[in-house]
Amino acid sequence: MGTRSALWSFANKFFTCGVIGVYVSDRFVGVAPVRGSSMSPTLNPGTTSFMGLQIDDYVLVEKRCLQNYKFSHGDVVVFSSPSNHKDRHIKRITALPGEWIGTRHSYDVLKIPEGHCWVEGDNSSSSLDSRSFGPIPLGLVQGRVTYIAWPPQRIGAVEKRTSQDTISSS
Amino acid sequence: MASRYIREFLASEAFKNAGREVSDVVPRVVKFLCCLQVTKTHLFTVTLSYGPSMLPTLGLAGNLCLAERISTRFDKLGVGDIVLVQSPEVPWKFMTKRLKAMEGQSVTYFVDPKNSDKSETIVVPKGHVWIEGDNIYESNDSRKFGPVPYGLLQGRVFWRIWPPKDFGSLAQNKGKDSVS
Repeated sequence: MGTRSALWSFANKFFTCGVIGVYVSDRFVGVAPVRGSSMSPTLNPGTTSFMGLQIDDYVLVEKRCLQNYKFSHGDVVVFSSPSNHKDRHIKRITALPGEWIGTRHSYDVLKIPEGHCWVEGDNSSSSLDSRSFGPIPLGLVQGRVTYIAWPPQRIGAVEKRTSQDTISSS
Repeated sequence: MASRYIREFLASEAFKNAGREVSDVVPRVVKFLCCLQVTKTHLFTVTLSYGPSMLPTLGLAGNLCLAERISTRFDKLGVGDIVLVQSPEVPWKFMTKRLKAMEGQSVTYFVDPKNSDKSETIVVPKGHVWIEGDNIYESNDSRKFGPVPYGLLQGRVFWRIWPPKDFGSLAQNKGKDSVS
C-alpha cells in the first residue's frame, strides 16, 4: 500500500510538473536548438567545439511577442517553414508589412503584403530564406530569439541588428 | 485600537485555517488552469465563427464550435474538412474555412463568381493548402490571397455546440458537398 501511494504521488507530481512546463514553454519562454550555419556570425559561428565535435547553440525563444505580433527590424525569430510545416527555421526579420525591399538577383523592388514579413539569414551564402520563398505570413512566426543559453562560453543576449547595418555589411 | 484587533485577528484560529485553506486551494487552481491551457493549445479548442463566408454550413450569427488540433499536427487532414486557419493578412485573426485542395493537387476556382463565369486552375505548391468558404460569393479566402502555408492551420472544426438545435457533428455535410 505504501509503495503504491508513493508511486501515485510521484506520478501526480510528474504530471503536474509536465503540464506546468508545457504551459510555460507555450506561453512564455522555450528552448530550441540551432541547426545549420545560416545565421552564422550570430548563432552557430562554428568556433565552439568539444573534443573535436561541433556543438550547436541552444537559444531561449520568447513567446510573449505572439500576443500582439509586434516585431521590429532586426528581430531574430523562429518560424515554421512555409514549404514544410514540420521544419522550423531561425532567421532575422529585415522588412515589415508595407515596406519595400530590393531582391538581389532579380533587381526588382517588392512590396511586403499586409501581415507578412521578409526574413533573411545573417550568412547569406548558405541560407534558405525569403529570397527563395518570398515573404512569409506573420502567423508562421513562433517566437523571438532573445538569448543564447548553451554552450556556457557563449551565453549572452542576441543583439538586434537594424537594416542599415545589414545593408552596409552586404 | 485597530492594530490590536488586527493582531488578534492574525493570531486567531480562523485566520490560520483560512491561510491553510488558501495554500491548499491555490496550487489546485493553478494546476487546473495550466491543464486547461495545455488542453486548449494541444488537444481541443472552442471557436466562435460568424459571418457569411461559410453560410449553408455555419450560420450568420455566432456558432460555437469545437476544434481539435491532433489531426493538424499529425497530417491527418483531408479535402473537405472544415479547418480553423490563422489569417495570412491579420495574424491575430482566425477564420473557419473548408479545405479544397492539399499540396500537389490542382484546383479550379471561380475568380469572380458574382460577375462572370471565368475560372482558373492552379496547382497548390508544396507545403500549402487551398481553402475556400462554402459561400463563394462572399468569402475572403484563397481566391484572394492564394494558397496558405500548412503551418497556419490551427485545427479541424468537427462539432457544433451552439446553437443547441444544431448540436452535433459537422462532418455529415462532407459527402453531400462533394456530390453537388
